Amino acid sequence: MGLLDSLRSGLQRSREAINEIFYMGGEVDEDFWEDLEDTLVMGDMGAEVAMRVTDDLREQAARENLTRADQLRDALARRLAAEFPSAKRDPFTDLPSCVLFVGINGAGKTTTVGKLAGRAREAGASCLIGGADTFRAAAIEQLEVWGQRAGVDVVTRERGADPASVCYEVVEEAERRGAELVLIDTAGRLHTSADLMRELAKVVNVTRKRCQLPVAVVLVIDATTGQNGLNQAREFNDALELDGLIVTKLDGTAKGGIALAISSQLGLPIYRIGVGEAIDDLQTFDALDFCRALVGEGM
Amino acid sequence: MFNSLSDRLQDTFDRLRGKGRLTEDDINVAMREIRMALLEADVNYRVVKEFVARCKEKCLTADVLSSLSPAQNVVKVVLDELTVLLGSTDSRLTLAQNRTPNVIMLVGLQGSGKTTAAAKLAYLLKGQGHSPLLAACDTHRPAAADQLETLGSEIGVPVFRGDGKDAVAVAEGSIKEAVDRLCDIVIVDTAGRLQIDEEMMQEAVAIKAAVRPDQILMVVDAMTGQDIVNVVTEFANRVDFDGVIMSKLDGDARGGGALSVREVTGKPIKFVSMGEKPDSLEVFHPDRMAKRILGMGDVVGIIEQAQKVADEQQVADAERMLREGFTMDDLLSQMQQIRKMGGLQKLMGMIPGMERAMAQAPQAASDEQLTRIEAIIHSMTKEERARPKIINGQRRRRIALGSGRSVQEVNQLIKQWGEMNKMMGRMKGMMQPGAGGKKNRRAMQQMMRNMGGGQGLPF
Repeated sequence: MGLLDSLRSGLQRSREAINEIFYMGGEVDEDFWEDLEDTLVMGDMGAEVAMRVTDDLREQAARENLTRADQLRDALARRLAAEFPSAKRDPFTDLPSCVLFVGINGAGKTTTVGKLAGRAREAGASCLIGGADTFRAAAIEQLEVWGQRAGVDVVTRERGADPASVCYEVVEEAERRGAELVLIDTAGRLHTSADLMRELAKVVNVTRKRCQLPVAVVLVIDATTGQNGLNQAREFNDALELDGLIVTKLDGTAKGGIALAISSQLGLPIYRIGVGEAIDDLQTFDALDFCRALVGEGM
Repeated sequence: MFNSLSDRLQDTFDRLRGKGRLTEDDINVAMREIRMALLEADVNYRVVKEFVARCKEKCLTADVLSSLSPAQNVVKVVLDELTVLLGSTDSRLTLAQNRTPNVIMLVGLQGSGKTTAAAKLAYLLKGQGHSPLLAACDTHRPAAADQLETLGSEIGVPVFRGDGKDAVAVAEGSIKEAVDRLCDIVIVDTAGRLQIDEEMMQEAVAIKAAVRPDQILMVVDAMTGQDIVNVVTEFANRVDFDGVIMSKLDGDARGGGALSVREVTGKPIKFVSMGEKPDSLEVFHPDRMAKRILGMGDVVGIIEQAQKVADEQQVADAERMLREGFTMDDLLSQMQQIRKMGGLQKLMGMIPGMERAMAQAPQAASDEQLTRIEAIIHSMTKEERARPKIINGQRRRRIALGSGRSVQEVNQLIKQWGEMNKMMGRMKGMMQPGAGGKKNRRAMQQMMRNMGGGQGLPF
């Protein structure tokens, strides 16, 4: 229940918002549908997706004669959950594995790497962290602190070094030691910066070519991100062929609806979600749990 | 699928523009499009509702300017409303005159860019003749103080770290340090916090009570979605900030959040942060932002940006070019100038209508093309650059091989250089004293035609 509970508390606000609608009365009317659509839009799901989801639900309601709010709630949760593709492979538990973390500035890449390393270490896997963010001031120091906390070694170079060559060294070191899980942090960059995206593509290519372990490229995205998140994900996906997503900062009041839009439109599975500051708050993603928590109680 | 608010509104108005007169239904259609576009630009849902209602009201009742077409009138109404919503005046930092040191405190969510903004603000104030001190009060994130220290040393601003444990103590210590070091402004960088994290919000309030800042600025990520309203409302209630720094506006996020913040809290956006370098903090101009959102271009922005990079050397160069003709080196330096201003794409995006033209023909003018031309010029000898006329067939082949481009491309560049040089010659004619008015005008018209034909410039 731990997972469900913290998900629920993390998504309290959005649930309340949707609850307001569902408690308006037994039978639903035109206002209900409009409010539902609005609430989904407010959850950063995107106007387009929100309209499509509501229309589908409406059809389903007519077809299956659903008139009560709780029936609709259940139907909506299933409807939303169906939008998420499922992961074929979990790069953090199906070892050995090498994972590159990419994303825009301040999405939470370094923190995520730190937390995942701690988790892997607890589970007894031999883990290695690679610090390929050689651009941002003190990014390496930040990662080293996380490495100490988790008891995991960090392979990196001085600030300003070529990130692709750092990755090369990380992979070499990992092979020498026989590490099962390699986590590589990269510098945050905006998807509109063509030069930096090319640099990142090189980093990813070098790692994919050099590394004997299966390589996964994971986009870290902040749950407070709005519709621009879709642009971000699309650009990163075009440049790097992403394998999946990690959504961070879901413990605020942000609804994380953009995760649904990204995941469904680009066909990318969500590997983990961050619902708090502690190491254990980075959890496995379950589409139905997520959507149930989002839609409300009484399942 | 529309990429930006600009594209979307432009498209709506194109449809409206086709008609001589607008009915209420037309306005409804336009307003629906505007509503969708604003939602896609992450303007908060409630703000959108009110905004659209106000616009519609104005459209139906406003005095119609006869000099504008009905569609233009709608554009004008929307633009005016947007400008009002964003705040109608430039807002600057207000610091108490009789207090030393002044204190500026930065707050915000995790990852919004506070530490970077602190360094940029310090750089800006240093440039204005102040002597700032950065206080590293983010005692939570690992190595946050290291980051600030590195940034501080890059821009030559001292950083106070204190014991690195108690944020309030560090903040208090930084004031004493500023007095000792004769610094007149302290910029307090705080830890990122969620607005619902009670303990952390308490800490922010405690820091505020300890240092009594002149200004509290909230750093808001331009990409934030609908939740921005909850975030800023809570911060406004608890910490009560004075203004906002919008970060990451150099991305393609439309920054619809700026509208929401303004509408919900009434707090002004004071600065926008446009890049990774320390000099990329700019004063926020609501009118420009509104125009940019509506796809009307940020012409003033271009001019200012051009002024920033132009220096005396370049003025001298321009004179020399008029006197002696235009060399390949001049072309090269012009292209580097464009790069300095943020690349062709960014520049074109600011020119009215250009954004759409580029969307239709993206290969027509790209930064990659600039790179290719640069490569070709780099493969020329010094002599060839100064006097491109000496470049014969053999030299062309060598240049093509050296730059990895085809001979045709080299030919094209040389032809374009010829055109540009001709234009220079005409400009020279116009500038000479005593040149006839009529002749002058004709030359100018000819020049415009050349430019309009797309032959004037190689890019």
